[in-house]
Amino acid sequence: MNRFSIWTYVFILSVLSIGIIYSLPNLYPAKPAIQIAYTDSGKSADQQLLIQVREILDNKDIGTESVGLKENNIVAKFNSLDDQLAGKAALQRALLDQAIVALNLEPSTPQWLRDIGGGPLKLGLDLSGGVHFLLEVDIDSALDNRLESLLNEYRKKFRDDRINVESSRKDNKDLLFSFSSDEDYSKALKIFTQDNVTPLGTSLFDLRPNALRNLMELSYSQSAIKEIRDYAVGQNLMTLRNRVNELGVSEPIVQRQGSSRIVVQLPGVQDTTAAKKIIGKTANLEFRLEAASTSSRLRKEEFDFQDQRMGSAFLEKNIIVGGERVTNANSGFDESGFAQVNITLDMQGGRSMQKATNGNIGRRLGVLFVEQKNKSVLKKDSNGEDVIEQSSYIEKKIISLATVQAVLGTNFRITGVGSPQEASELALLLRAGALAAPMKFVEERTVGPSLGKENIELGVRSIIIGLLSVIAFMLFYYRWFGLAANIALFANVVLITGFMSLLGATLTLPGIAGIVLTIGMAVDANVLIFSRIREELKAGKEPQTAIREGFSRAFVTIVDANVTTLIASIILYAIGTGPVKGFAITLSIGILTSMFTAILGTRAIINIMYGNKNLKELRV
Amino acid sequence: MNLDIKFMSYRRFATIGSLALLILSIGSLSFKGLNLGLDFSGGTLIEVSYDDAADLSDIRDLMLNNGFDDFQVVNFGSNSDVLIKVADKDGNSQLGDVIYKFLQDADSSTELKRIEFVGPQIGSELRDQGGLGMLVALGMILLYVAFRFQYKFALGAVAALAHDVVIILGLFSILSWDFDLTVLAALLAVIGYSLNDTIVVSDRMRENFRGERGFEPEEIVNRSINQTLARTLITSLTTLLVLLALFIFGGDMIRGFSQALIIGVLIGTYSSIYVVANMLLGLSITQDDLAIPEPEGAEFDDMP
Repeated sequence: MNRFSIWTYVFILSVLSIGIIYSLPNLYPAKPAIQIAYTDSGKSADQQLLIQVREILDNKDIGTESVGLKENNIVAKFNSLDDQLAGKAALQRALLDQAIVALNLEPSTPQWLRDIGGGPLKLGLDLSGGVHFLLEVDIDSALDNRLESLLNEYRKKFRDDRINVESSRKDNKDLLFSFSSDEDYSKALKIFTQDNVTPLGTSLFDLRPNALRNLMELSYSQSAIKEIRDYAVGQNLMTLRNRVNELGVSEPIVQRQGSSRIVVQLPGVQDTTAAKKIIGKTANLEFRLEAASTSSRLRKEEFDFQDQRMGSAFLEKNIIVGGERVTNANSGFDESGFAQVNITLDMQGGRSMQKATNGNIGRRLGVLFVEQKNKSVLKKDSNGEDVIEQSSYIEKKIISLATVQAVLGTNFRITGVGSPQEASELALLLRAGALAAPMKFVEERTVGPSLGKENIELGVRSIIIGLLSVIAFMLFYYRWFGLAANIALFANVVLITGFMSLLGATLTLPGIAGIVLTIGMAVDANVLIFSRIREELKAGKEPQTAIREGFSRAFVTIVDANVTTLIASIILYAIGTGPVKGFAITLSIGILTSMFTAILGTRAIINIMYGNKNLKELRV
Repeated sequence: MNLDIKFMSYRRFATIGSLALLILSIGSLSFKGLNLGLDFSGGTLIEVSYDDAADLSDIRDLMLNNGFDDFQVVNFGSNSDVLIKVADKDGNSQLGDVIYKFLQDADSSTELKRIEFVGPQIGSELRDQGGLGMLVALGMILLYVAFRFQYKFALGAVAALAHDVVIILGLFSILSWDFDLTVLAALLAVIGYSLNDTIVVSDRMRENFRGERGFEPEEIVNRSINQTLARTLITSLTTLLVLLALFIFGGDMIRGFSQALIIGVLIGTYSSIYVVANMLLGLSITQDDLAIPEPEGAEFDDMP
């Protein structure tokens, strides 16, 4: 007799039902939707906007399935694509520049499934269409900038402390100082050693002193370089996020990859040129002196303050430095405890700032925040119909206007910035306008929407055809045992889908290939078991004994074979990127689920079919 | 079926055949090299589709007129789909947009299907990572098999895998097929698949070597291969079935992938029969090599 204990069945059924439940969301088609967010990225969607959106849609009699708040956006779901488009037109017309209106596909997963964390499979860009960018942050130039300003800082410090420096220069990644006398050298050494200790106890520099020749060679330590890199990448990441938000993409991904790369994925975006322009832009800040009241109209411009209460002010037309020269900005406190913002410029920026402020002490320095904005206007076209005309314009607003107290260099501070919170907001704005280090595009993949759709169709079709041909073959070759294997195979596909959805894994085209391959290989375990049972029967064993022996003897082989395949697919995951990772994930999940269904699942079915019968004969 | 094919009597032919294929592959790889796809070579690729059949020579002229000289224009899938590859050593990421722009100016029905740009350093990184991954995979498998079986089996298994990989690479080189990231993925999947086969056959050999005493190694090996032959063929068949479905219906983007796997399954099936057995006999495996059952095996045997 071959029977499982009741608990084994309970276990199999519960794993299976988890698989079924979590693969269910994939059966609900995605609904056309519109995502609405305030144009001002600092403002998140609120009740007021929600009511406004509802009214606009109601007035136009556009049927919606639901309108609600979701994170920082308002999401309106529609029952048809026509409604969605009509809704978009109506909303754009009514809201104009107040909000970004983006078309979107929202999963229509029922609430109870969402409550338990269910959701449909995420589609990779090769299936959904969109753009993928890989940007590399140029750490070397960030380091160069830091070294340049460090060199300048020390020159100034030595001058102030009356330490005679014979020569000082930057050589590749090192700073070289040579001092005139032993006394100068030992004073400088003291300064270097003091500076070298960071609050965390790690050293900032690698110091290579040469006391005999009064030389000092200095470079950033590994940990300092790592910190500079992390800062630069983190800063660029934040800037990129802000810029991507301007694009109004529904589910953008902006992530760090590896030590110095950033991945940007924009599903659904077709206009790559525009996307690249926005992502790659720099200089969102301008530093200008306040215009003297006597200066001619030709040489000054009037700007509004970001803070509307402050009105406006005249600034000179001449730009001292732009945001691309800002390497760092953070808020802090001055000697008397008032909030201030510390700004660091790169070498070139520092030089220009020095030149501009020299002789202008006592005048005020203004910081302009520059943003590219879109303006939409309703116009009547030649047929007398309303059309929205979009044009982009540049908006510049003053975020700070403060008195110059001394000649400024690479490092300076802005005081009188209000509360500590306002200071940190200003620092954020200063940083947001700048990239900490230049970036370049190292990889780009654009997939048109038609190709994405085609890939899904082709992929699903090959899964179905592959599955059907394997099922047909197994039925033909193994009859009833084949039926058991086929049920297990089907359960396997459900489990793969369920677990991938549960883990939030992304399905890519190679991922689909992985599923197809798993289907082909998953029956292997069953073939092994069935061949073994045949052998046992041939050796003259009783049918029930043959079944038991067949399963237990094939088990070792199956484990060995699958573990080695798992090793290969884990390595694939480790070295692969994007689509290949997708393939590795499906393959690994497939191997695990196929072991479960092929060994336990098939056994359970066969036990139910034959386990309680007193078999005289068995055909496998 | 009581098969009794004297596989091992033909092992000299198999050895000669395998060696010939290997030499041919290595020769082609070292003299001709692989036709590296965009992922590894770096450059720009753009796929567009037209309403009607596209005139490739028109597009070539258009490319030349716009100052491109190192490029390829081919049909992709159907005659209205066109794939343009531009070798670009400077890593200019704008080329795709530029090309699409003038293609669209020339014919407004041009629809963009995809643009791919891979910078030169990414390409070389992927090459290094791919090669390294392959070696690490082989190393790890060697260790696992040595631990679960015996080092002679491990050498056999790894020899079989290297044999498969080199021959597939050789075939891609000889036929000038594009070798891209999906083909690399397929190659690693082949490692997994071929290994699967190899382990099943080795497993039976281990069992038979530990069984009745007094048989010649060649006899035992032969018996083991015969016993597992039905399973080997059936699994290869079902896998080939789905791969053919993928090859025929899966579209052009994964054609290279399914091609590599189909070849891999065929060679993997052969290598699991001949290469491992050949290696074992060559290393003169004896029943004593496997005499002491490993404790891990005993532990697993009790499971269902």
